[in-house]
Amino acid sequence: MRGKTLVVLTLAVGGLMASAPLAAHHGNAAFDVGKKVTLKGTVTEWVWANPHCWLKFDVKDDKGSVVHWVAETNNLADMIERGWSMRSFKPGDEVTVTVEPVKNGNPAGRVLSVVLPNGQTLGMAYLRTGQEH
Amino acid sequence: MIVLAALSLALLAGAQNPPRGNSGAAKGEQGTPNSIPALLDGWGRPVVNALKAGEKPGPAPRHDISGVWEPARGPGDGIQANGPRDMPYDGKPEHDPPYTPLGLETLKSHKALFGYAAVLESLSNDPRNRCDPLGFPRADFYQIRHTQIMQDDHKVVILYEFEKRWRVIWTDGRELTKEIPQPRYYGYSVGKWVDDSTLVVNTIGTEGSEKVWLDETGRPASDAMHVEERFHRVNQNLLELTVTIDDPKMYTKPWVALNRFPMRLQSPDYDVVEMMCIPSEEEQYYKDYGDQASGVESKQSK
Repeated sequence: MRGKTLVVLTLAVGGLMASAPLAAHHGNAAFDVGKKVTLKGTVTEWVWANPHCWLKFDVKDDKGSVVHWVAETNNLADMIERGWSMRSFKPGDEVTVTVEPVKNGNPAGRVLSVVLPNGQTLGMAYLRTGQEH
Repeated sequence: MIVLAALSLALLAGAQNPPRGNSGAAKGEQGTPNSIPALLDGWGRPVVNALKAGEKPGPAPRHDISGVWEPARGPGDGIQANGPRDMPYDGKPEHDPPYTPLGLETLKSHKALFGYAAVLESLSNDPRNRCDPLGFPRADFYQIRHTQIMQDDHKVVILYEFEKRWRVIWTDGRELTKEIPQPRYYGYSVGKWVDDSTLVVNTIGTEGSEKVWLDETGRPASDAMHVEERFHRVNQNLLELTVTIDDPKMYTKPWVALNRFPMRLQSPDYDVVEMMCIPSEEEQYYKDYGDQASGVESKQSK
C-alpha cells in the first residue's frame, strides 16, 4: 500500500522546525528528548480530549507488519493556539508524523509536526507570540 | 532521501511562516501546503487585538482590573511547568525556596512530572493526575491562560481558563477571619486597593499539602499558608501579578514566586476555550498512551 512504508529518519538538523515550549500537562521523563522520528502512516483515531489530545495511526514496518502508533500532543487549548482543531484529522488520512519517541522502544511519542494529506504542516509553534502591550 | 528532502522543505516552509499574531484576518481552513491556520477563540471566531494597529494603550482606569487577560509574552509563558516563572525548580540553589525540614521532606514525598526530580508518567502521585482541583496558589503557578476578571462594589471574581475554576476576592472591607470554617481548595481572600491601580489580595485557609501542591514540581503548601497577590494595572492594557508565599510550616521565610508577571488585555468579546481535566478522558489517555509511553501500568488505567 503506497505511503505506508515505515520511514525512520532521525533528523540531526536542530532547529529545523519552528520551536515552542512542549512542557505542559504531562511529564518529560519518558521521552528520548531531542530525538526525532518521522513516520508515514494512516490515521485511525484523533482523540480531541481533555486534558491532552492524542493521535493514533498505523505504520507498516519494513516487513509489512502494521505497527499501531500513538502520539500525544498537548491540551486542546494549546492546540487551538497552534491552529489545530478537532477536525484536523479523520480516520484514513495519510499523514507524515514527526515525533519525539519514548525511551522504552514502544511505538509511542509526542507529536512535533504532522504533514496533512493536502501537504499542509501542522506544527507546535504558537500562532500568537509575545506582543506589545 | 527524496522523502527526507521533501520533509525538510515542508518543515522549513513551516519554520519560515511568521507568527500571525492576533490579526484576525485568516479564515482558519487547513487548505494549502503553505497556508497558516487561523487563531480562533472558543466560539471559532478569529481573534482580534484589543488594541488597533499603532494604537497606544490608555491609562489604567481607577480601581478596575476587570477584563479578559492573557499572558503578554505568549500562551506558553503561563504554563510554568517547571515551577513559578521566577522560581523554577531547576536545580539552581538561588531558585530553591527556603525549606523547613518538613518542607523538604514533603517535597521529596511528592512525585512530580516536572522539575528537577521529575518521574515517569505513570509513577507520579500528583493529585491533579486524578483531575483533582489545582487549588490555590497553584492556580497562579500552573496554566495561567486566559483569565477573566469581573468585579462589582463588593468583590472581584477571577475565572481561570484551566479547569474552569473561579474564586472570589472580597473587597467589601471585611478582614481575613481568624478562624476559618474549613479549609478550601481556593482559600479565603480579601482585597484592598493600596493606590488607584494596585489591588493587594491576601489569602489564607487553603488546603494542606496532600490535597494541594504549591506548583507543578511538587513543592509543598500547608494549611498555614498565607499568600499575597499584587495586581498592578500598569495601563489600560497591561496587568502585572506579583505573588509572595509565606508558609512557616514549609518555608523559613516569605519568598517571591512570581514577580510582575505580565498579562495583556484581550478583546472584550473573546470567548475563552473550555479546558478541563475529565476523569474518563484521563483514564482513556493512560490506556491509549500514558502506560505505553511509561512502560508501566498506571493506577489510572487499572
